[in-house]
Amino acid sequence: MADLNINGRTHQVDVDPDTPLLWVLRDTIGLTGTKYGCGIAQCGACTVHVDGIAMRSCSVPLSLVAGRQITTIEGLAPDGVLHKVQQAWLDHDVPQCGYCQSGMIMAVAALLKDKPKPTDADIDANLTNICRCGTYQQIRAAIHAAAASA
Amino acid sequence: MNYVPKIDRRSFVASAAAMGGGLALGLEIPFAGPRTVRAQEATPEVNAWVVIRPDDTVVIRIARSEMGQGSLTGLAQLVAEELECDWSKVTTEYPTPGQNVARKRVWGDFSSTGSRSIRESEDYVRKGGAAAREMLIQAAANEWKVPAGECSASNSVITHKPSGRTTTYGKVAAAAAKVEPPADVKLKDPKDWKIAGKPLKRLDTRDKLTGKQLYAIDVKMPGMLYAAVKACPVHGGKVKSFDAAKITGNKGVKKVVPVGDSAVAVVGDTWWQAKTALEALPIEWNEGENTKVTTASIAEVLKAGLDADQAFVGNQKGDAKAAIASAAKKVEAVYSYPYQAHACMEPLNATALYTPDKCEVWTSSQNAEAALAATSEASGLPIAKCDVHKLLLGGGFGRRGRTDYVSQAVLIAKQMPGTPVKLLWSREEDMTQDTYHPTTQCKLTGAFDANGNLTGLQMRISGQSILAALAPSRLQNGRDPATFQGLNPGGAEGVFGYDIPNLLIDHAMRNPHVTPGFWRGVNNNQNAIYLECFMDELAHAAGQDPLEFRRKLMTKHPKHLAVLNAVAEKIGWGQPAAQGVYRGLAQQMGYGSYVAAAAEISVTGGNKIKIHRIVGATDCGHAVNPAQIERQVSGSFVYGLSALFNGECTVKDGRIEQQNFDTYDVMRIAQMPKVEPILMPSGGFWGGVGEPTIFVAAPAVLNAYFAATGKRIRSMPLKTHDISFA
Repeated sequence: MADLNINGRTHQVDVDPDTPLLWVLRDTIGLTGTKYGCGIAQCGACTVHVDGIAMRSCSVPLSLVAGRQITTIEGLAPDGVLHKVQQAWLDHDVPQCGYCQSGMIMAVAALLKDKPKPTDADIDANLTNICRCGTYQQIRAAIHAAAASA
Repeated sequence: MNYVPKIDRRSFVASAAAMGGGLALGLEIPFAGPRTVRAQEATPEVNAWVVIRPDDTVVIRIARSEMGQGSLTGLAQLVAEELECDWSKVTTEYPTPGQNVARKRVWGDFSSTGSRSIRESEDYVRKGGAAAREMLIQAAANEWKVPAGECSASNSVITHKPSGRTTTYGKVAAAAAKVEPPADVKLKDPKDWKIAGKPLKRLDTRDKLTGKQLYAIDVKMPGMLYAAVKACPVHGGKVKSFDAAKITGNKGVKKVVPVGDSAVAVVGDTWWQAKTALEALPIEWNEGENTKVTTASIAEVLKAGLDADQAFVGNQKGDAKAAIASAAKKVEAVYSYPYQAHACMEPLNATALYTPDKCEVWTSSQNAEAALAATSEASGLPIAKCDVHKLLLGGGFGRRGRTDYVSQAVLIAKQMPGTPVKLLWSREEDMTQDTYHPTTQCKLTGAFDANGNLTGLQMRISGQSILAALAPSRLQNGRDPATFQGLNPGGAEGVFGYDIPNLLIDHAMRNPHVTPGFWRGVNNNQNAIYLECFMDELAHAAGQDPLEFRRKLMTKHPKHLAVLNAVAEKIGWGQPAAQGVYRGLAQQMGYGSYVAAAAEISVTGGNKIKIHRIVGATDCGHAVNPAQIERQVSGSFVYGLSALFNGECTVKDGRIEQQNFDTYDVMRIAQMPKVEPILMPSGGFWGGVGEPTIFVAAPAVLNAYFAATGKRIRSMPLKTHDISFA
């Protein structure tokens, strides 16, 4: 049994401690907003925050995150008011298929916490998530808009 | 444990009437995609395309698949335009293919491939909206006992002009459902569009931002088990044996099952348990006769085809061989294009529930009717006892037009009757069991007369046919017409844009065992590289500017020329570029649309390319949503440039070597050039927009690379030449 603090709620889970956090979130707890894309921390579709830091949950074993504060895309706007990154995404009509966007938004939310006014170079260096639809141009515009809205 | 989150009712249906069979088992079943509200049984449809609720909500039925390309919104715009409804009250739902069969295909074709979703259905969906409008007006007129001709509709409100009385669609929808549909309706002139043709926002964005949006991979049902699958890594190979006893004691493992004759699946309590156990499962394969095949051996086979006597002709005019034989100057080059994986962000998956009386599937498909047929075949049940519930696709790019993963899910579920099973392919399975962008080579020969005029062109394509592998019934006496995409002498799909007195384009079909497939842009991708880079070579050989050289050959193709001129003008062709910046351009017609691109790049150290800007022009005839088309252009450049720089799947020991994004790299935001779309719809025809820009991305950059370095790159991807993004 492990205690997981996810989006401010405690969940007791009985799974193998080596299980990646991604699969505990998706299949054990039922929070499917966090996506599986590669399983090897390459694509970023599974990005969540652990103690405020963006992490790729496909490659984080459960044993490492017990007792830590985990935020998933479902917890980014707990009161139904969109996070500024989500709002900028909405305003810029960013997603196409949308599958990578949970991870993108989580990665960008963490980036803005670290660098409230990121330059293009900051974005290039820090945002390595994959979008196969190719929404990067809209993402860049939305990041700058979110930063400006702070 | 197993806390079940509260699910928005918009996303999950609990109503028996809405879902039929599955509900008898008390399942929670997700049914559809974005912002979808199942029109409840209380509200009769006005017609197959339109349901209007008493609260004036307009539910528009969308038969085609949404995978990011935006046609769900575009199709809704077309219906809404004719319906004259309030756009802010529009929502959508997907009918199922089973319902389509039961209603004699009232919604037509369900497939979203070949950039066809809108252009192939625009006429009948608009008529559906117009007919519903007429019926709603007639219902109001009946109630008021006035002639329908005295009434008009706008923004979901019907007005009787002489008396000034008004009512809303929601109030008369139930009565309208009983009105005789009009025999014929007149569609608006696109000039008068108010909803269609406008850069409206997508209907399906909000839930994609909060984690609420359900994709097929997110389907969850009580009692559901998870399956991981592994098929023979050498395509065409079979399972010889597997030792289930080695893993049946593993935690969470429920069952180890054969899947057809070529794959094995482990079913478990969680997918992670199933996948981990599958990796430990000893499987012996009968790999067949292709275990010695390599990328190099395939290339040899294709190379031989470049000079083979026999070939299928795609486009012929005059006598190209004679023109080449008598040429004052001859130019020749050989190009090649590799296998490439689709790599949709959502790995392939399907959830199936089989009982002896019914088989249902929940999946992401670009062709739900084909998925229904696959479900029927794999389950052994008639179509009437099967159905497929379509969810939003986490990318399709052509891969989800196939149904192999649906068949697998059903074959697994059939071995566990009554238990819903979600089959999910690992990324490694997704990348090694893909249906790949086919591999081809092309030898091009150009002939000039003594005055430097291009008198002949021969294009010999050698390589793989998609149709021969996936749809042999569509071959024409053995010839694969799709091989000649963008090179055809006529037709509405993709006409060759140059007028050359002697022309021969043919195809020596060579089919390696690696399964090919439709890959966004399909054969246009390599054909545009072959042709447009070689046109650049010919221009340089003739000592002419690449744009002027093309222009002289394009006078009979004004639409091809118009998009080329547009990108040339916007990129500043003919004017000096910034220090160290070089330009290249390309054009092609495909999927009914005319596209061109022009790129500005700089190269450092001979092998680091920085793309400063890339301009893309599109003439798709009618533009249903300019904002979404611009996004398709921008995204298409990403798909096409990813392919150019890094897209390659290699073959060793008969199997695909790349397994994941660490060895099959794709573009990230740091490599994203500034995209400048030019939308120039000239009217009078309907072209697709989901794919065309992809074809011109690579040749524009390759031609710019030549301008910058004097080097021609004739084999893809650039990484094999040690060239990368700066």
